Amino acid sequence: MFVVGGLLVAVGLAMLVSGFASSSPDGLNKVAEDHGIAASARQHLFENGPLAGYAVKGVHNDRLSTGISGLIGVLVTFGVGLLLFATVRVLRSGPDRSEPTRAP
Amino acid sequence: MHIPDGFINAPTSLAAGAVAAGGVGVSLRRAAQTLQERQAPLAGLVAAYIFAVQMLNFPVAAGTSGHLLGGALAAILVGPWAGALCVAVVLVVQALLFADGGLSALGLNIINMALVTAWGGYAIFLLLRRFLPATKASVTVSAGVAAGISVVLASVAFVVEYAIGGTDAPVGTVFAAMVGVHTLIGIGEGIITTLTVGVVLGVRPDLVYGAADLQTPLVLGPKSGETAGEVR
Repeated sequence: MFVVGGLLVAVGLAMLVSGFASSSPDGLNKVAEDHGIAASARQHLFENGPLAGYAVKGVHNDRLSTGISGLIGVLVTFGVGLLLFATVRVLRSGPDRSEPTRAP
Repeated sequence: MHIPDGFINAPTSLAAGAVAAGGVGVSLRRAAQTLQERQAPLAGLVAAYIFAVQMLNFPVAAGTSGHLLGGALAAILVGPWAGALCVAVVLVVQALLFADGGLSALGLNIINMALVTAWGGYAIFLLLRRFLPATKASVTVSAGVAAGISVVLASVAFVVEYAIGGTDAPVGTVFAAMVGVHTLIGIGEGIITTLTVGVVLGVRPDLVYGAADLQTPLVLGPKSGETAGEVR
């Protein structure tokens, strides 16, 4: 229940609030621009990917494009995270796969 | 705060990749020991929430914005090991799907935004809690302050990487500029972290790893948090 509610909040933020986010460069990029570091940046290998730059290729309404990319990102991140954390227990050393009962 | 390809030279990026891989490996092993099976959805949610909030750049100064890094928040919610992994997952998804953060810089970005913020932020959180009473208010305040400082630590980590493998700009100048702007961004990180931890503590206090000691009042100190906090 908590996870479902939390996911709804995340989807809401990524779909609806993201359109109101500041489009100014972030701290690192601003410093890089101000001090001539930005010139050394190379193009991202996936610069032309379907979701590059948090926009969906082919969707021309900016806010909608950002929102859909945010929805996809939240769902993919949740899926990858769930998969990782559900399988991480196989790394547990030794034959004891039971729930931990004491602090390591 | 995502480093693109080219800011830091290839040898340094490669070395950072090895360090990041080691850090992720340690986190995987430790999370495997401490994370319970039923906590997997919660950890996935924390990663998804951080992805969402990282999209929300807030203005910090003229022509400059910042966004949540989330490592400290994740560490306080699911522990420093799973927390670092949550942010690492976000960074991998961002680099592969959204072209945010260079592929060659993935190791650098994992060090700065996942390992430094989750481990450093959690260490500061534990330190602060040691000096504050064992209350929910202490947890939210410690979480906010630790998260704010973790952003400055991440910016310092970038400067170290820049000093090793960066371009020609003087390191002192880059240090002053990075720490200055990330102190402001840290305030935003602190506010978002305080709000989020406050809400979770209000709704499901048993899910907050960093507040697990509050669930068992007979055991004092945050160290008891190692086994509690399972999803029920």
